[in-house]
Amino acid sequence: MNASLADRNALLARKLIIIACVMGCFGLALVPFYRQICEATGISQSRVVAQTASGSIDPTRDVTVEFVASNSNGLGWTFEALNPIVQVHPGVVTTVRYRVVNNTGRKVIAQAVPSYAPSLAAPYFKKLKCFCFDQQTFAPGEARDMQVVFVVEPDLPTDISRISLSYTFFDITAEAGGKG
Amino acid sequence: MKKLRVIAGAIAASLPALALAGYDVNIPAPKTPISMQIYGLHMEILWVCLAIFVVVFGVMFYSLFAHRKSKGAVAANFHENHLVEVIWTLIPFVILAVIAFPATRTVLAMKDASNPDMTIKVTAYQWKWQYDYLNDGVKLYATLSTPRDQIGSPEEHGKITNEHYLLETDNNVVVPVGKKIRLLITANDVIHGWYVPQLGVNQYGIPGFIKDTWFQANEAGIYRGQCSQICGKEHGYMPIVVEAKSPEDYAAWVKEQKAKQAEAAQPADKVSMADTTAR
Amino acid sequence: MEAAHAHAHDDHHHAPAGIGRYFTTTNHKDIGSMYMWFSLIMFFVGGFMALVIRAELFQPGIQIVNPDVFNQLTTIHALVMIFGAVMPAFVGYANWQIPLMVGASDMAFARMNNWSFWLMPPAAALLVGSFLVPGGAAGSGWTLYPPLSIQGGISVDMTILAVHIMGASSIMGSINIITTILNMRAPGMTLMRMPMFVWTWLITAYLLIAVMPVLAGAVTMLLTDRHFGTHFFNAAGGGDPTMFMHIFWFFGHPEVYIMILPAFGIISHIIPTFARKPLFGYASMVYATASIALLSFIVWGHHMFTVGMPAAGNLFFMYATMLIAVPTGVKVFNWIATLWKGSITFETPMLFAIGFVSLFTIGGFSGLVLAVTPVDITLHNTYYVVAHFHYVLFSGAIFSIMGGAYYWLPKWTGHMYDETLGKVHFWLTAISFNITFFPQHFLGLAGMPRRIPDYAPQFTEFNQISSIGAFLLGFSQLLFLYVVIKCIRGGVKAEAKAWEGAEGLEWTVPSPAPYHTFETPPAFH
Repeated sequence: MNASLADRNALLARKLIIIACVMGCFGLALVPFYRQICEATGISQSRVVAQTASGSIDPTRDVTVEFVASNSNGLGWTFEALNPIVQVHPGVVTTVRYRVVNNTGRKVIAQAVPSYAPSLAAPYFKKLKCFCFDQQTFAPGEARDMQVVFVVEPDLPTDISRISLSYTFFDITAEAGGKG
Repeated sequence: MKKLRVIAGAIAASLPALALAGYDVNIPAPKTPISMQIYGLHMEILWVCLAIFVVVFGVMFYSLFAHRKSKGAVAANFHENHLVEVIWTLIPFVILAVIAFPATRTVLAMKDASNPDMTIKVTAYQWKWQYDYLNDGVKLYATLSTPRDQIGSPEEHGKITNEHYLLETDNNVVVPVGKKIRLLITANDVIHGWYVPQLGVNQYGIPGFIKDTWFQANEAGIYRGQCSQICGKEHGYMPIVVEAKSPEDYAAWVKEQKAKQAEAAQPADKVSMADTTAR
Repeated sequence: MEAAHAHAHDDHHHAPAGIGRYFTTTNHKDIGSMYMWFSLIMFFVGGFMALVIRAELFQPGIQIVNPDVFNQLTTIHALVMIFGAVMPAFVGYANWQIPLMVGASDMAFARMNNWSFWLMPPAAALLVGSFLVPGGAAGSGWTLYPPLSIQGGISVDMTILAVHIMGASSIMGSINIITTILNMRAPGMTLMRMPMFVWTWLITAYLLIAVMPVLAGAVTMLLTDRHFGTHFFNAAGGGDPTMFMHIFWFFGHPEVYIMILPAFGIISHIIPTFARKPLFGYASMVYATASIALLSFIVWGHHMFTVGMPAAGNLFFMYATMLIAVPTGVKVFNWIATLWKGSITFETPMLFAIGFVSLFTIGGFSGLVLAVTPVDITLHNTYYVVAHFHYVLFSGAIFSIMGGAYYWLPKWTGHMYDETLGKVHFWLTAISFNITFFPQHFLGLAGMPRRIPDYAPQFTEFNQISSIGAFLLGFSQLLFLYVVIKCIRGGVKAEAKAWEGAEGLEWTVPSPAPYHTFETPPAFH
């Protein structure tokens, strides 16, 4: 009787430990799961490869696209959008420019991270060319203009007439330098 | 006057109904369409809660009074009644639906930042705010303007002379009245919160991300708020002061700012930019 | 599992003498007492921090602690109270009461029980000791949001380690509790005839097992972000600080119910006892508890209405959160129906239970206010939230812990506590609690943010009232300590059934409960 109780207890404890482990894995699985959700809703985009436009053009609609620039990690340089507000027809391939002036006095390796507002617009905003696809290296004092070539897909929901695209530059010199 | 407020506060604390009388114990006067809806929603829920509280606790305190053993009460022995249980499960659903309906409308309105008249990008730093007017090209930083020696010195406490102690900045954010202002909020270092209660805005700024929200001040005035998310040592010292002006006054302000910016232009502009962001 | 084999008793005598026995004891009553004393000590440690906070906030300006230390105090106060005071107190109750209530001789894994307790003091030492390391304790708020927590010093690592240890302890304790409840009930005690406290702990233990590993995962990712170059929460490497909030609150909201469900259980014993009437709606109480637990997994987003989720997300979390009001309401209605047509007396445990029902409900109402997204926008991270969670955690969890202590002290010590002092303690606590926290609603409505060491002059009056109340509240608790010690040392001899209206197996054993009880399972009718 007593032995069988001990066995039953041990069995139940094993099951409960498995539940705990499964929940631990679930906690970690929230990371890729969250990324999927963010991709789908556009909250963030880890897609760092060039996309292609679907091709059709809708000349009847005007969409305002705002470009903003931010620095992070105490990156003390000048980073600005040269074409902060543009009007486009959905489907028309457009080029805008950003400028970085590296007035930090040292070599900087930096990564730009895009973010959209409203985030729901992100899936309809295709970047054909972007400086955010790669890490960028800037010599001390270097000034560089960089391109974003984009197209707004014609199936953009009609209640969205304005999209903001922000790039935040993060200083990753320490990590990228370490890797060589 | 101060004493009066203490007494008023004590009375208000004991009588929730009185709390509705003045703004001191309630949400500050709402000044935008959204914050007016928020104010109304809060009032509605408060009254619903008060009504439920009075009814439910009326029953409880009646029972505590009437069914005391010392009064000779003899315990009944019932312990379930399915009809009653089903009813008091269903009634809350109805009440919640009544609250949820207008709340849903406000959420949708609040989230609709489309078709703004102008956009301001807000960047939070440890511990100040940067504002970029995308349409008008104005850039400014806003930091706490209460003198530091006033904050730290114990001998000063109790006789703070600034009326707006801790709620004043060197550069206020000026916006035109009656225009839909869209904010793009982000942060440079850690998470901060752009919070101005009278404008009905409370939005985190998150490094690497922009989040949009909006407000439309329907009355000229100065609206004060603070950082709403703990962001380190000086979290309590990064106020937000929004000045809503008539469109004409706003245009004049923009002109003045632009003149200032041109005057302070290169290379000083870049140096100061590097200085401030490097911190 | 090896502990299962250790279950066979080492000794069949009475409690071994000497203080050393506590290091090796496997007796559920010893371990329960240790948990409770640990909890009481942490309650005073956390309370001391709260008083420093309130003293600083007595008037505008910086008087006592600098803003850095202030942030550290608010952070560690929260962690100490949650993980050090409230949770161990309930585990202490579980240890003492569950075997007595289900008629088991001890917990299922007695040796592991000892380990889970002895993990707690080192964790607490890490947490409190982090004040002494360079840079001071973690100051990022107890939610440890990155990137702020990434900026912190070694104390953040100590805090993370402490959270890991306490999480492990909780999981071990939960496995023990579930196994004891499911496998070791007296013959005839079916699940639907278990005492309510046992039911609430069964559900709580499952919640703990489900969410503690998630918290462990979140803080581990924080640790690797801090030291090993990962980018879970850093946008530069494709991460997102918002993701930490999601994972943290996926743990955090069930955690809130972990701290309140056992309280519901205790109250569900006290009210029937002193109303001399069976608990109304036992089955619906069980279902309500289970639905609260299930709902707790889908409401975490209501802590994050200001991060800028899409409207659909805000609406989902708003609706789900509002739904919780339904089962919670059912519980309150059931308690009141239990009182109805009872034969009511007002001993100290009953006073705490009535205080619980009234004041917890105020916290529930402010919870409903905060559940509504637009209103939350204007109240998020203000003192209104501080008032709300102190109404549910102090006048909720802690009132139930104190009421439960008065209720079961006769069983634990064999003596009746001093009723007059107990009542004085209740009234002092209830009144000063309201003086402390009710004005904070007004501060929050007026827009005073939480976690600030200094504030604008218009907030002065309510802060002063609150601070005065806090000191009264803090020092009133010394009376509780005195009553408990007095009760242990002597007093009117308690009968086996200490209360006229008490029901349950624990009241069938003598008071004080002998060192070993129910070595042969009792008959349960």
